[in-house]
Amino acid sequence: MSELLLPPEHRYAKIIEETRNSDGSELTILNLGPTHPATHGIFQNILLMDGERIIDAEPTIGYIHRAFEKIAENRPFYQINVLTDRMNYCSSPINNMAWWMTVEKLLKIEVPKRAQYLRVIVMELARITDHLICNSILGVDTGAYTGFLYVFQFREKVYEIYEEICGARLTTNMGRIGGFERDWSEEAFRKLDVFLTDFPVAWKEFENLFERNRIFIDRTVNVGPLTAESAMDYGFTGPNLRAAGIDYDVRKAQPYSSYEDFEFDVPVGKSGDTYDRFCVRNAEVWESLKIIRQALDKLPEGPIHADVPDYYLPPKEEVYNNMEALIYHFKIVMGEVPVPVDEIYHAVEGGNGELGFYLITDGSRTPYRLHFRRPCFIYYQAYPEMIKGSMLSDAIVILSSLNVIAGELDA
Amino acid sequence: MALETTYIQEKLSQKFGSNVLNFEMKRDIFSLEATSETVHEVIQTLKEDESLNFHFLTDVCGIHFPDNDENHQFAVVYHLHNWIENMRIRVTTFLKGENPEVSSIIDLFTSANWMERETWDFYGINFIGHPQLKRILNMDEMVSFPMRKEFPLEDSGRTDKDDRFFGRTIKQIK
Amino acid sequence: MSTSNPNMVAPPEGVVGEGYFATKLNDVVGLARANSLWPLPFATSCCGIEFMATMASHYDLARFGSERVSFSPRQADMLMVMGTISKKMAPILRQVYEQMSEPRWVIAVGACASSGGVFDTYSVLQGIDKVIPVDVYVPGCPPRPEQIVDGVMQLQELVKNESVRRRNSPEYKELLASYNL
Repeated sequence: MSELLLPPEHRYAKIIEETRNSDGSELTILNLGPTHPATHGIFQNILLMDGERIIDAEPTIGYIHRAFEKIAENRPFYQINVLTDRMNYCSSPINNMAWWMTVEKLLKIEVPKRAQYLRVIVMELARITDHLICNSILGVDTGAYTGFLYVFQFREKVYEIYEEICGARLTTNMGRIGGFERDWSEEAFRKLDVFLTDFPVAWKEFENLFERNRIFIDRTVNVGPLTAESAMDYGFTGPNLRAAGIDYDVRKAQPYSSYEDFEFDVPVGKSGDTYDRFCVRNAEVWESLKIIRQALDKLPEGPIHADVPDYYLPPKEEVYNNMEALIYHFKIVMGEVPVPVDEIYHAVEGGNGELGFYLITDGSRTPYRLHFRRPCFIYYQAYPEMIKGSMLSDAIVILSSLNVIAGELDA
Repeated sequence: MALETTYIQEKLSQKFGSNVLNFEMKRDIFSLEATSETVHEVIQTLKEDESLNFHFLTDVCGIHFPDNDENHQFAVVYHLHNWIENMRIRVTTFLKGENPEVSSIIDLFTSANWMERETWDFYGINFIGHPQLKRILNMDEMVSFPMRKEFPLEDSGRTDKDDRFFGRTIKQIK
Repeated sequence: MSTSNPNMVAPPEGVVGEGYFATKLNDVVGLARANSLWPLPFATSCCGIEFMATMASHYDLARFGSERVSFSPRQADMLMVMGTISKKMAPILRQVYEQMSEPRWVIAVGACASSGGVFDTYSVLQGIDKVIPVDVYVPGCPPRPEQIVDGVMQLQELVKNESVRRRNSPEYKELLASYNL
């Protein structure tokens, strides 16, 4: 048992010694190292291979460990939002909104309907961009570079929408405790309408390129299958679990931010192989577009943030003219806000699965303990199991289809 | 609701007596505390009993309480979820400060493998029965456990940071 | 079909005659190197996604000569380090840098690569210039693709004006020795 604590090369070297054949052929160790063109992010896999087939694998992660949980113990709530951006950086608005919802749960703040609907719109946009990257990179890994270039143009359009809302492209740092920092401009809604008209056409073309493509089907069907029981045992959530056949979605199970007002389906696959994961993500993009349209149609008028002067910075005109607003501004910036002592767990449906925040406060302005339940970290454990017996190129395709994002893996 | 919290409390108290305590509805999650010797059986009961059926392990994490008494210095918190009844439950167990250890639940849930390794890496809590308890996120050569409260956040080897700008005077590094 | 005057790269100073153009070797070599820099994208985190946006069709980096992205260090000219480098990753970054053949340049893209960024923690390397020499720093979190392109253009200026003999000069050897390379 203690040999499992050594680096895997030692264990594999012993196995190679024991299984050397009489004609001199033997197994090899291959280092699918941290820097590799096809692994999207830095994680290492040491593989024990028999020619082209993989016998065993051992992953090593932590090459981008930035100690988020330790930093969060030293930062007030509005500064932790910056950290949550950088976890799943392909869909950072989802992480931001999840953090604000956790804090609002802690402080028992009720967010107005307009802010909730706008949050839903931006979270679904982020989910679309996350699946967009995952599927187009899966295409690149099987050799089809055009899909990536074509679809990335629409990611630029979404970046422009984020810029109208909050000013940043990728790491958005969006929202405040109780809502948004400013109402969305006319330009943002206009760009959103243009996106909703142009994107479905392009996505349909992207799907047509891959879903009936003989080469793609050969590369992805029955590659890395996962049964539903195995997926549940390994802690899978999100599109990877739904591709295995279980329809668990946090948006349906424990709706947050008015998701119960919208009608959408949860696409489910059958065999949990790479093709199913690809198709489930494709279908989820269509569902997200449906949700965004419903939210835009039903968008109510109203305040853009909750009326909580203790936690939400007052507008600058009032700070300069009104004594109370000045005092609130001072107290919020210096951190003298009333924080209850409590223990909260809040989960949202991130791009990769159930993203949970476990927050313990002790009355001071920084959390006592903040733990991130990161879906990538939990389901990447199953990767060695999934690639045993497959070929090396299949292992790469399986890794892309799992959508492992290094920032979320190591946090 | 089909699964009532009173039913869970009765069932567990009947089986484990005073080893499960502090049943509380903390906001929307039913929480309970178990002693470190029995927490493995408690989670096994929660998983395998047909009426309870908490079949999904959501999260395992550790917490350090340096201000508590000697037997409550560390805590390991398990979050479980029952998808069919749509109910979550939280089991906390407190551990002693010197060489904290608890049984690993890897035989019940395979997803506990890396989560327990992460807790070992951050806090130094030994999980008895875990096949591969080595560091996962930090460097293998590290000797200290960084998430403990006494460990500093910032790199102590930096020479280029001017403390005057951070409102600190030169402090002694222990 | 465009009828505007495209901006051609200006030729270096030299003497022109009937059928010949005489100039310094430095200038010609600098011009050739600057307009064909092949990057090695060392993308670790969020800045890597902005690099993907820079390589995609909207902000095309291939216009500047970086058509072929090389993942093999031997065949790359410039190492673009994008994202946070932790202390666990630093030896690997050094290994990749050591394997690159001369002439080689390094661009540190993003705040994390330049100086550790937001993450002033025990596990993050506070700037890659602690382990390898850097030529251009592109700050930002993440920098916009225009800024990354600007960084590459600054590097092109550096490369154009570099002497052919620089890599064998004692100052360069001293620089490498200060990093124990």
